Amino acid sequence: MSILVNSNSRILVQGITGGEGTFHATQMLEYGTNVVAGVTPGKGGQSWNDSVPIFNRIDVAVKQTQANVSVIFVPAAFAADAIMESAAGGIELIVCITEGIPVRDMISAYEFVQKKGARLIGPNCPGIITPGECKVGIMPGFIHTPKGPVGVISRSGTLTYEAVAQLSALGIGQSTCIGIGGDPIIGTKFIDAIKLFNEDDATEAVVMIGEIGGTAEEEAAAYIKENVKKPVVGFIAGQTAPPGRRMGHAGAIISGGKGTASEKMASMRSAGIHVCESPAVIGETVQSVLS
Amino acid sequence: MKIHEYQAKEILRKYNVPVPQGRVAFSADEVPSIAEFLGSEVLVVKAQIHAGGRGKGGGVKVAQNPQEAERLASEIIGMNLVTHQTGPEGRVVKKVLIEEGCNIDKEFYAGIVLDRATSQNVFMVSTEGGMEIETVAEETPEKIVKEIIDPAIGFQGFQARKLAFSLGLSGTQFKNAVKFFGALYKAYEATDSALMEINPLVVTKEGDVIALDAKMSFDSNALYRHSDIVKMRDFDEEDPLEVEAGKYNLNYIKLDGEVGCMVNGAGLAMGTMDIIKYSGSSPANFLDVGGGANVETIKNGFKIILSDPNVKAILINIFGGIVRCDRVANGIIEARKSVDINVPVVIRLAGTNAVEAAKILDESGMDFAVADTLKEAAEKIVSAIKND
Repeated sequence: MSILVNSNSRILVQGITGGEGTFHATQMLEYGTNVVAGVTPGKGGQSWNDSVPIFNRIDVAVKQTQANVSVIFVPAAFAADAIMESAAGGIELIVCITEGIPVRDMISAYEFVQKKGARLIGPNCPGIITPGECKVGIMPGFIHTPKGPVGVISRSGTLTYEAVAQLSALGIGQSTCIGIGGDPIIGTKFIDAIKLFNEDDATEAVVMIGEIGGTAEEEAAAYIKENVKKPVVGFIAGQTAPPGRRMGHAGAIISGGKGTASEKMASMRSAGIHVCESPAVIGETVQSVLS
Repeated sequence: MKIHEYQAKEILRKYNVPVPQGRVAFSADEVPSIAEFLGSEVLVVKAQIHAGGRGKGGGVKVAQNPQEAERLASEIIGMNLVTHQTGPEGRVVKKVLIEEGCNIDKEFYAGIVLDRATSQNVFMVSTEGGMEIETVAEETPEKIVKEIIDPAIGFQGFQARKLAFSLGLSGTQFKNAVKFFGALYKAYEATDSALMEINPLVVTKEGDVIALDAKMSFDSNALYRHSDIVKMRDFDEEDPLEVEAGKYNLNYIKLDGEVGCMVNGAGLAMGTMDIIKYSGSSPANFLDVGGGANVETIKNGFKIILSDPNVKAILINIFGGIVRCDRVANGIIEARKSVDINVPVVIRLAGTNAVEAAKILDESGMDFAVADTLKEAAEKIVSAIKND
């Protein structure tokens, strides 16, 4: 088992004819992901790499290909619109890779996605992968190990790869890994992903990689304390970050004294989460909680 | 992106948010003509720097007449202003805002910001004007009244009335406050503001509601649609190395430690800073070189890191996912040839083709320490500094 995506997921790539879209659609196909459609307005009717049909509109693509997951590689200025078109077109799971979407646009897009009952992952994220089955995003597939007991949730890209590689090096596989994104507004928060992993039979432990800014880790910790029996291993990036500075990710900022790593680590510890002080020991900490 | 108070007030004026009449002065000589233009005997002289707490630091003074204002301006311009937000090194004041005085009856707080928990904007007011809102939130949270703005309908009149009533206003003051809040929200939304704070928001004895101070910052992802606001950027208020790094499209933040770091990805960059600290040293910077990590970005990264005289060693930590490590290794070697590096360098490349990369680095004959794991990299960098 896994969460959100599996070998039956039917993927639609928004912006498939662009540089990023083409590169990553190719990588996804090579991983064995079921890419069924591409959407680039104005290029409908053509075929991408002689293998994937291109459509002008999401709704038409959904109707003709039964796509149920979309992945977005369109530029930031048009990405919120792309999210909303997916939600309006009947896509169930929208994965937005694009970085740099204005907050004002995301407020509307987030609202609309909720109203349509769709789920959004990201934006500004590496995507989601169920190892061995389905890769929807830009993460390197080969570092993952299929059919494992660990679910991974993270606000970061490369730091997630680091954690996953540590797990794989110890022979510990992953059920599903989700990069939820580094922006202040994201569709799937820690708490949402935790709930899904908690209900997933295949997932025995969860790795939660947070960072400074906001209070999503604290909210997840409170939920875990009350509801989650599975062991959770956590790390918070940015213990050495100064206040008031945006550390790369738009959402990684300590503002008004809130969102510090130490606050987050304290509330995670009090919820019984195994908090790693160093990012180098995530894998071995998981190994010890599993045994 | 941050702007100065006088710039924020220019923007607010455009959106019909009442602000005191005022002009910015870069030298005290300009004060007499500004005073004449304002036609006010009492004048306020306010240091313009991108940091709060200016009043307590001695950067805001009231003058009883234009002559005193000129004298105060000459004292404040050029002073090194230290506030709780500037750090102990302070900030040199390059300009002052000269404003008419006003007849204050009450002082309040008004602020608008994104509420990350709901993914909606929140409009906050408090009767505790002039106080840091964080302190109010900590000590007397019941004194902050919040209205969440539903994106489907926007900021509504009933919400503005609720905020104005919560401040205990009535009559003309109430009517003006309702108008003020509506205009303020429009300004916030139309400019893609990331934070708007009016502290204090004052009500005058005449019944006017005025933004006595104004702090605005903007969503940098939305600046492409606000060329007028982009022009307001003041490079004097930023770290020169960070400005330089920005020219190379590098995401660099200067810190005060001794280990320079070059990493791909913001989360891993923070994690690398953390492990340096955890291993007993301290990071000199945050630097995310992004997905590319090619010769050019690595070269520029070296240059920026080495411009910081505190740097005693450099740690390169790249997780090659899409980008192949052997390419990164060759990039590092190329970059190394053209940059004069006089501190130890520890390199850790993980992911795609990491083994080939280590071999390339080993065979380069260059003076690199190579590490396989994050832990080993941190240990090597700390011992490199100790042995230096």
